[in-house]
Amino acid sequence: MDDLSLKYHLKDKLIALFEKHRDDLFRNDTSLISSLRERAFERFKVLGFPHTKLEQWRQTDLTGTLSHDYEQHFRPSVPPAGGLKYFECEVPDFDTILVSVLNGWFISPDNKPLTRLPDGTVIGSLAQAMLEYPRIVEEHWGNDDHSRATGLDALNTAFAQDGVFIYVPDDAVIPNTIQMVNMINLDRKLFIQNRNLIILGKNSHLTLVQCDDSLNHEVNFTNTVTEVFLGENSSFDHYKLQNINDHSTILNTTHFHLNDGSRMNTNAIILNGGLIRNDVYVNIKGEGCDANVYGLYLVDKDQHVDNQIYVDHVSPHSKSYQLFKGILDDQAKAVFNGHILVHRGAQKTNAYQSNKNILLTDKATVNAKPWLEIYADDVKCSHGAAVGQLDPNALFYIRSRGLSEENARMLLMYAFAAEVINKITIEALKITIDDLVKKRLRGELSVCDQCVLNCRNKENTVSFKIDMSKI
Amino acid sequence: MLTIKDLKVSINEKEIISGLSLEIKAGEVHAIMGPNGTGKSTLAWAIAGNEMYNVTGGSITYNGRNLLEMPPEERACDGIFLGFQYPVEIPGVSMANFMRTAINEQRKYRGLDPISSQEFLSRMEENRKLLGIDSKLANRSVNEGFSGGEKKKSEIFQMAMIEPTLAILDETDSGLDIDALKVVANGVNKLRSGKNAIIVITHYQRLLEYIIPDVVHVLYKGRIVKTGGRELALELEQKGYEWLKN
Repeated sequence: MDDLSLKYHLKDKLIALFEKHRDDLFRNDTSLISSLRERAFERFKVLGFPHTKLEQWRQTDLTGTLSHDYEQHFRPSVPPAGGLKYFECEVPDFDTILVSVLNGWFISPDNKPLTRLPDGTVIGSLAQAMLEYPRIVEEHWGNDDHSRATGLDALNTAFAQDGVFIYVPDDAVIPNTIQMVNMINLDRKLFIQNRNLIILGKNSHLTLVQCDDSLNHEVNFTNTVTEVFLGENSSFDHYKLQNINDHSTILNTTHFHLNDGSRMNTNAIILNGGLIRNDVYVNIKGEGCDANVYGLYLVDKDQHVDNQIYVDHVSPHSKSYQLFKGILDDQAKAVFNGHILVHRGAQKTNAYQSNKNILLTDKATVNAKPWLEIYADDVKCSHGAAVGQLDPNALFYIRSRGLSEENARMLLMYAFAAEVINKITIEALKITIDDLVKKRLRGELSVCDQCVLNCRNKENTVSFKIDMSKI
Repeated sequence: MLTIKDLKVSINEKEIISGLSLEIKAGEVHAIMGPNGTGKSTLAWAIAGNEMYNVTGGSITYNGRNLLEMPPEERACDGIFLGFQYPVEIPGVSMANFMRTAINEQRKYRGLDPISSQEFLSRMEENRKLLGIDSKLANRSVNEGFSGGEKKKSEIFQMAMIEPTLAILDETDSGLDIDALKVVANGVNKLRSGKNAIIVITHYQRLLEYIIPDVVHVLYKGRIVKTGGRELALELEQKGYEWLKN
């Protein structure tokens, strides 16, 4: 056995698993989805896991993640004895429709895999949706021709059995926020591959808060693909909170498809995690669209976070804006790759991009790569990337008012992060995230923070070596 | 209150202040004037404790304590306030939050309980009106997007909130129109009492029509070359600085 096959041992294992569990894997499929699964499986066999020789993976090495011996479950996890209590949201004044996903499988409090709202909205399990709404699922699932899709995309298509399905019909406006809590809780090393499908009809509106949490302290590996389709003049507000343990990996691929006049905001708040990578593809195929992609990452120790944003302007008169900010302590590493592609016909495009980082130590590193590719001549595009330390003039200014150096640093870090937090339009959620970020910066947040299991095995709390208890 | 003896300050190994001595008593207002680049701001930074300025000689004693051994926040907590020539913008931190934190840190240093919300809000309101500042100020980020004049008003507002013992105002008048100048001077005069002292750094005599100094110093090449009463400011206005250079 040569080094390479040792390194990618998991690939061979997955290939064997696929063959062995065919019956389970295909059990809810329509024939089209089965054939897509087969095709994706073949593609994965060729592509395998991404490796650092690929340009977009040069800075993110999965070797460590792939070296573990994971279990992959082909049947849903049994919901915990205490019911769904720990999925409940603690945000005050925040009226949400809760959607729970345990170890990659949709679970419902009353065994109702699909909920139908009076306006025709359907929320629930993707596996069930395949059975009840095969035409809708097929129509959108079939959209696998992502030109830049990696082996991970293919692997997910081959293996994903369940996840969340949300269908919002034309003209429906969901007044409540849907909160999707993806929880990992099992004392095993889990490899989770779920898939979410979100479809917004014409003139519809949806707000989705997606929380990726882990309750266990095991090594987990999540490979999620989310497809979001925005119908004409629809709008979608999306918040993603990522707070997993230091040993776990999340690879999240999200594809947004925008039709004429649609509008989207997506905001990723990354608080903790061993290795987190978000690949966000925004395909602006319609005219007059507006897409905002925001992100904030606060990482320390040996954590690694990678945000890969691809915005494709296919049609004219659309706007896109990327804003990513990060604070890195210890030897943490961040990668940002923001690609703006303006196609030949996409005149009058406005596309902007900004990535700013604060490094608190000499050992923390950031690789920022803005990348503009423009084939139209009447567009406005710009990009900027900055890596720096806290501004000494600002530090002195604050200290000259009586705040200690530590508190001054804290205040500046918080202020730096606030630009992204302030993009959150739901006030109650903004206050909570604001609080989480402050806790994170103070070193008071662990993955156990909202957990009711009260196990003794707490993570060591993380620390930015700054005490802001007075702020 | 403040005694500076033979102070020498350099930045990047270039000496800016070369043996400056100054004595300020409680209740006094001192004006420091002088052409550009003579070390006026450097003196202000050195008193406030900016670590980028290296004190290479001499001493600064404040109420009997060796100021040079104290970090800037301790100097602030002991009652020293610097009104910046170029106030820093702090996006994301509201003025209300900033001031409340500053006041409470200083109170803690003095062994006092945090300020009550009610007292804090009424002090905000009073000082806001005193300086004719927009009511949205409390929730706006510190100095963010402020015009030059607004930033200067914001400095005086902060001074009024903090109620320092020794205030150093570094070219607070630059960039102010005559109306704003009067408002700012009014704010400064309100602080004047037998217990406090103020150092006003300025190029122009104009500000000193509204903030009447007890003593005027002329700084040139890092030294005080002339000291007099308020009439010295008028003399400088008429003659310029040339006659003092020799």
